[in-house]
Amino acid sequence: MPDVCLKTIEGGRATPASAPAPLLMQARGVSFRPQGKPLVDGIDLDIREGRRLIVMGSNGAGKSLLMRLLHGLIAPTSGEVVWRGKPLDRAAMREQAMVFQRPVMLRRSVIANLQFALAVRGIGGAERRRRVEEALEQARLGDLAKRPARVLSGGEQQRLALARALACTPRLLFLDEPTASLDPASTLAIENLISTAHARGITIVMITHDKGQARRLGDDIAFLHAGRLVETGPAARVLETPSSGAARAWLEGRLYLDDLSSPHTSPTP
Amino acid sequence: MQDFATTLGNAIGLILLGDADLIEIIALSLRVTLSAVVIACLIGLPLGALVGAFRFPGRAAVTVLLNALMGLPPVVVGLVVYLMLSAAGPLGPLRLLYTPTAMIIAQTILVTPIVAALTRQVIEDLHSEYAEQFASLGVGPLDRVAALLWDARYSLLTVALAGFGRAVAEVGAVIIVGGNINHVTRVMTTTIALETSKGNLELALALGVVLLAIAVIVNAAVMALRASAVRSAYA
Repeated sequence: MPDVCLKTIEGGRATPASAPAPLLMQARGVSFRPQGKPLVDGIDLDIREGRRLIVMGSNGAGKSLLMRLLHGLIAPTSGEVVWRGKPLDRAAMREQAMVFQRPVMLRRSVIANLQFALAVRGIGGAERRRRVEEALEQARLGDLAKRPARVLSGGEQQRLALARALACTPRLLFLDEPTASLDPASTLAIENLISTAHARGITIVMITHDKGQARRLGDDIAFLHAGRLVETGPAARVLETPSSGAARAWLEGRLYLDDLSSPHTSPTP
Repeated sequence: MQDFATTLGNAIGLILLGDADLIEIIALSLRVTLSAVVIACLIGLPLGALVGAFRFPGRAAVTVLLNALMGLPPVVVGLVVYLMLSAAGPLGPLRLLYTPTAMIIAQTILVTPIVAALTRQVIEDLHSEYAEQFASLGVGPLDRVAALLWDARYSLLTVALAGFGRAVAEVGAVIIVGGNINHVTRVMTTTIALETSKGNLELALALGVVLLAIAVIVNAAVMALRASAVRSAYA
């Protein structure tokens, strides 16, 4: 495949000496403009195999929309999403999984939620039983297997949602603020599940507002502002010395408005 | 005319003694209405689920049509079914007029839009919650409809019972196509209409009491089911 990437996550300067991981997916000029409003605007982004990409940005920056575009839940107005060298299609979507900010629990038992996700992918019999057992154990939901999923606590529901996504053995896992509004113990449980998934080679793309979480879980960071990708790079570098005004302002807890801010108004360039 | 208390006493006596005519009429009522509701559910549940779970051209028009048909006047349905089944009608050779089958057909036509329209609403609400997750999981169209119907099962039971309530209390359609023939097509509502006009108030009132009791039992069952569904967050 010809190398057409415009911006790589590793970004030239901070690339480690070793060769970059192979490209898993790419956004090429992806825009989403309902009624002409550019909510996501010309995003070029590379996602490399086995990396953990953190998507950050203020509310309304287009993070969730970008994730839905990458996952194929909505179609871009222009540009394209490329999965392993080919346009994203239904088969490609099945190699991905997504956990939403508010977990969607079927009105069934915990175990039936897991079984459903596997059944729709044509996984049955002994293989399904094995994966369900494994998912219950990983998410520490074994004791709750027969309980209705919707009476679980928020943290338990999110663990189930994550376990359900992982049971489908995706290559890439999208996480849209999976620990928003969870207590520290539940957050830790989710982070451990994410780390385990990453250790198994699953590529992670996660939205978070939590700088600490970005530092703990991120290899790379993509920073969005007003629908545009304003900065990408290794997590440590972007968090310590952001080069874009928007990322700097956000990380310092300042409000950042396009029209008013220019480099000279920022205190530390 | 006897006073109300005496009539009511005699009516309850008929019920308690298990009057043969009374039992026969109740049994036929339940057979006709339950058959109609089952058929209406077999048609209306998938139809409502399809309209509720998919986007297609003309969907808004179908929704309006289903909602409008919920209010079909029973006598009009009775008249149309009568014309279809009468000797000169297109289905005349089937010789179904004045049979319980004709009554089942008429009630099915009345109940199917109710089941379909209410199902459409229930499924659409549930689908708006599930849509993204289903798209992410790659749930196919058939699995989607089946999963939505299953997950909405408690709400849909209420839908079916709403259909039952409408059919069991309906008189206009079944009296036209059934003819209220003794021991053949006489059901609770048609008997009440006839016996009242004949002055046989005991039987009419006894059937009225039974109809009311059925309504109460059905509603209590619905409430109990919904309460247990809410407890397990399945509703």
